[in-house]
Amino acid sequence: MKKSLFISIFTILVSVSLFTGCGKSDKEEPVKELLGAGATFPYPLYSKMFDEYNKSKQIKINYQSIGSGGGIQQLTSKTVDFGASDAFLSDEQISKFPAPVVHIPTCLGAVVITYNLEGNPTLKFTPDIISDIYMGKIKNWNDEKITKLNPDVKLPSKEINVVHRSDGSGTTFVFSTYLTRVSDEWKKSVGAGTSINWPVGLGGKGNEGVSGLVNQTPGSIGYVELIYALQNKLPMGTLQNKSGNFIVPSLKSTNAAANSTIPDDTRISLTNSDAADGYPIVSFTWILLYKEQKYDNRSEAKAKAVVNLIWWMTHEGQQYNEALSYATLTPEAVKKVETNLKSITYDGKPILQ
Amino acid sequence: MQADSLAIDNSAVYSGVKAVSEVKNIKKFRIYDFFFKKTIGLFAILFVILLLGIFITLLLRSIPSIQAFGLSYYTTTTWNPVENQFGSLPFLTGTIVTSFIALIITIPFSLSISLFLGEYFRKGFFSNFLRNAVELMGGIPSVIYGFWGLFFLVPIMRSFEEKMGMPPLGIGIFTTSLLLFIMIIPYSASLGREVITMVPQNLKEGALALGATKFELIKSVIVPYARSGIFAGILLALGRALGETMAVTMVIGNKNALPTSLFGPANTMASVIANEFTEAVGDVYLSSLVQIALLLFVVTTVISIIGKQIINRFGKV
Repeated sequence: MKKSLFISIFTILVSVSLFTGCGKSDKEEPVKELLGAGATFPYPLYSKMFDEYNKSKQIKINYQSIGSGGGIQQLTSKTVDFGASDAFLSDEQISKFPAPVVHIPTCLGAVVITYNLEGNPTLKFTPDIISDIYMGKIKNWNDEKITKLNPDVKLPSKEINVVHRSDGSGTTFVFSTYLTRVSDEWKKSVGAGTSINWPVGLGGKGNEGVSGLVNQTPGSIGYVELIYALQNKLPMGTLQNKSGNFIVPSLKSTNAAANSTIPDDTRISLTNSDAADGYPIVSFTWILLYKEQKYDNRSEAKAKAVVNLIWWMTHEGQQYNEALSYATLTPEAVKKVETNLKSITYDGKPILQ
Repeated sequence: MQADSLAIDNSAVYSGVKAVSEVKNIKKFRIYDFFFKKTIGLFAILFVILLLGIFITLLLRSIPSIQAFGLSYYTTTTWNPVENQFGSLPFLTGTIVTSFIALIITIPFSLSISLFLGEYFRKGFFSNFLRNAVELMGGIPSVIYGFWGLFFLVPIMRSFEEKMGMPPLGIGIFTTSLLLFIMIIPYSASLGREVITMVPQNLKEGALALGATKFELIKSVIVPYARSGIFAGILLALGRALGETMAVTMVIGNKNALPTSLFGPANTMASVIANEFTEAVGDVYLSSLVQIALLLFVVTTVISIIGKQIINRFGKV
């Protein structure tokens, strides 16, 4: 009795594993599912977009927000159809890929300065002040530089408690890139990256960690995504841009920052852009995919499905951006997107006509 | 007489028949025994192989970082992903300092709980309630402890630091140690209590008969007898503290530099891996993080071995 029970269980297990092993080839069937992985910043927007896409086109997109680094890794090992990254690939990273990769921006995000002071005053900052605070040069809230800029705010004599991200993130990349552009000293001594060697400050994990620390410790200053600040009603600092104007962070000023020349491969940091009324700490977030889509048994149907998805995301899908507090792509950015999408080929032939 | 001998004959025949059939069964049972022993031996060995496999995988993946930094990796204090300069000393220091401070605070408390539940209140509603509460604490996920620490413990520490004239950060090494102490108490207290309840009654009665007070009973009979179990519980607690990740990362301040004060921010090995692993791009960066994991693995193993040696040498009565 026991022997036959074991044999039957064994047979069932073997046949189940055989069945699940089948059905993976999708050469002739219509595409039902696509896989993507990467950036956490646009995850709420992508979630909504993919949900709507599924409703209208019946294609399910499985997106895992494991972080930009993870997205790049997965795309390199070709386990996903597309990757997503808050930072564009450096030349060194591009050389590590087995084949050329195309960058498609999907939306704009901004990084704002938030702080915890009594009365929640709206403070003005210049790029110098921000970089000095984060380098530990300005240590007190009633430092001359800050009080001169904000004469009608009573700033306490409190030590500035600097907060930054403890985890690697696109937000840090955007913020540190901005600092390298506005401060030569920052560029020399610290540099930019998703994870950097902060001269001063405490680390919080994620936007929530930073805002939690800032919220809890009076006299703190930190940086978070615009969306996060808007939705949690955090106090935001007004920042002076390259043209000298003090810009209030908002979706509109984020969009305005993109009104500058974008290179053809869209690999540009929009921080400290020339736009007169653009907020200075702004960035695209990109979707990455291979230029030549015929690799590793990929069917033409799958390649078409991915390209169509990204076309939809950058055109019809943009209608969902504003409601979720993401800025939409500017017309010029969309033009570059279209050129890049049209360059994607399957077996040498462009997929989109 | 006749009937008796007949009965004897029958039982002899019966037992003889039984013996013959048992000989047939013995062979089968011998085979079952053999396979059972080999199977459980296999599972045990599989586990050792798994452990070795983990070590080898960590070692292989750390090779780019080992090649880049060599032994200076363990003495460098910079952690700079932009320039690819990495050193593990800040994290090693953070882990060891927070874990050992937590341990030092834990020892008197867990000993107290073990004695209280193991000797004074062994039975009864109150004892059961306390025992279950302590064991329940051990089952609470560490993330929840992290949240509790962040929203409850940190403000308390902050006001304490303000009163003492220190920078009112709230987070830092001491807060982390306090949180770790709360998290690891159930492990050492439970094990300690178990061992204390196992002290033989006759030993205790003998001591009491010789005129020992309760305190002398504990000092001279119970604690020496249960010493190895209490040490083992403490070692278990230390092991948990060394590897604790989520709760630590929320309250330690995540400063990738050597800690400058007991109430200042720092970082631990587990915390830096949890924070930076997902976004780490680049061979040297990734393998440096894996090398930290390797270091944590080795440190935990070494401390376990040292602890076992201590138990063996001083735990015996």
